[in-house]
Amino acid sequence: MGKHPECPPNLCASPSGGHLMAAWARACDDPWVISPAQVRPPLVRTSDERLVAGVCAAVARHLRLDPVIVRGAFVALAFVGVGVLAYALLWVFLPHADSVPIDSTVGDGRGPTAMATSRLSLEALRDKPSLAILLIGVGGAALLTQVGPFGEIQVLWPLIIVGFGLALIWRQVDDRDLLSRRSLRWRLAAGAAVTVVGLVTVLATLNLLEVTWQSFAATLLILGGVGLATAPWWRRLVAERASERRARIRVEERAEVAAHLHDSVLQTLALIQRHADSPREVNRLARGQERELRSWLYGRPGEDTATFGGALERAVADIEASYDVRVQSVIVGDAPVEDGLSAVLQATHEAMRNAARHAGVQDVSLYAEVEDDGVTVFVRDRGVGFDPDSIADDRRGVRYSIVQRMARHGGSARITSAPGTGTEVELRLSQAAS
Amino acid sequence: MSQLRVFLVDDHAMIRSGVRAELGSDPQAGLAVVGEAGTVEDAVRGILETMPDVVLLDVHMPSGGGRAVLDQVRGQAPGVRFLALSVSDAAEDVIGVIRGGARGYVTKTISGADLCDAVSRVAAGDAIFSPRLAGFVLDAFAAGPVAVPEDVAEKALDVLSAREREVMRLLARGYTYREIGQQLFISIKTVETHASNVLRKLQVSNRNELTRWAVDRRIV
Repeated sequence: MGKHPECPPNLCASPSGGHLMAAWARACDDPWVISPAQVRPPLVRTSDERLVAGVCAAVARHLRLDPVIVRGAFVALAFVGVGVLAYALLWVFLPHADSVPIDSTVGDGRGPTAMATSRLSLEALRDKPSLAILLIGVGGAALLTQVGPFGEIQVLWPLIIVGFGLALIWRQVDDRDLLSRRSLRWRLAAGAAVTVVGLVTVLATLNLLEVTWQSFAATLLILGGVGLATAPWWRRLVAERASERRARIRVEERAEVAAHLHDSVLQTLALIQRHADSPREVNRLARGQERELRSWLYGRPGEDTATFGGALERAVADIEASYDVRVQSVIVGDAPVEDGLSAVLQATHEAMRNAARHAGVQDVSLYAEVEDDGVTVFVRDRGVGFDPDSIADDRRGVRYSIVQRMARHGGSARITSAPGTGTEVELRLSQAAS
Repeated sequence: MSQLRVFLVDDHAMIRSGVRAELGSDPQAGLAVVGEAGTVEDAVRGILETMPDVVLLDVHMPSGGGRAVLDQVRGQAPGVRFLALSVSDAAEDVIGVIRGGARGYVTKTISGADLCDAVSRVAAGDAIFSPRLAGFVLDAFAAGPVAVPEDVAEKALDVLSAREREVMRLLARGYTYREIGQQLFISIKTVETHASNVLRKLQVSNRNELTRWAVDRRIV
């Protein structure tokens, strides 16, 4: 390994020769280097830097130049004629960042420059991409009047309009979810309308409208005839495509169901067979599996822990998994979990745990109602019950986890119980308090 | 007291034999299973032949489910009462069966004694609400126009009266009719009347929320 003549010796003494380039870049203190590991950022276009299609921004990032310089160069070249062509070719051949796994360390590639004023105007342009497109359209048309066959000045403006419309349409191509976004669809429609208006104006200016209309009608007639003649084939083609699609969806669904059944139901059935001598365990497994399968089959859209109802269901599942009880839960209404509601959740969890542990029965009822003015939760069992006045001071579960927690959050807890009649815990939190 | 004649409709033979055993286990209840069917056609034929007092109807079955049985039988056998029995179905099916004329809805995890009780009560003309069905009613008829006076609300189809709401809340909390009566200081008969009124509203109300809620939610 030979020594680099300009390098400080400690860097070149690096044991692995592969890092030589990176070490050199570091040592020479190049202001444009953003990441030492990446010598040059990849030549890809990104949507957030673009004015038109992001070509200039991509080239600028790759060459570590200010985009303004590159853009200026392209505009200058456009008047010679090469610029537009080069831009178009680069647009076609440069991949878009969405389709290339991009190295996250690349950074934005814009170095510190003194061109603050042009940067400012660029920022303004970035917010109004249509304006930028219009400017480029003017430039392109100016070029065309010089080199193109349409020397007359009247054609210039319609051509600008056409270019503007086309640019509007093409610009959307890089966006992934093309037709799924309303704004994109509107922009596409606007682009198409502008293009058509421009074309019609061009034709009208050149007095070609009549001819065009006639040939257009003739073409339409021929196309219609061909279409009618081949209609049966088209129809069959479409039908076949649709049925193929349906079949594929069915196969995929079947595979998904099979995978789910295998992962959950078959496993549980195997476990149940292994625990056949323990009714308690079999019960627990069956209940857990039933709950999971049911939520998979009929899952509520919002069944996640971010909502009160979803979190309650989770708590119920937890209780059923930990104790040999079945919790009959009825939840009316729903709300996002906030501070006060999470206190209610914890108190409810504790109340259910108490019922599961001390009531001595297998059924616990949970009823929760979320209304505009507050939340009410009832946890009830028909078990042994107790005398609430005789709660020993060491029974922290009831005193701290339920009564005092609710009081801290401005709610209330009421425990109704008597030996032999079961227990009901009522938790109440008004919305104003939460 | 004469025996109540019960007909079972469920496409799972195991469930049928289990329910049959549970209904017959308590001689005090006086229930006799007079027939069973596993398909919609068999059920329609069997019910019309035996003319039972109560049909225990599975909500979800191939070729139309419980709703199809109800639609075909109700016109010809108005005296037969239906109780929906379901393991875990989408709410829209359950609401469909209730609106098709079933007098109530219980889950298959119900205990044998409770099931016998529910069958007897349906035979007597009562409405049966499982806690989840009561919760669904509260959800679907969620606080409508508050200003409706009590006597109007009793008759109006699209709103629950305050009392009916109270009864539904207690049902959702797992209270029995007797316990509800004690809690609200009213007779069991009155509780039953409230429940029947709510069932009727659930059956005939054209509140469009009902369908929407049913699609969004599951009951069981």
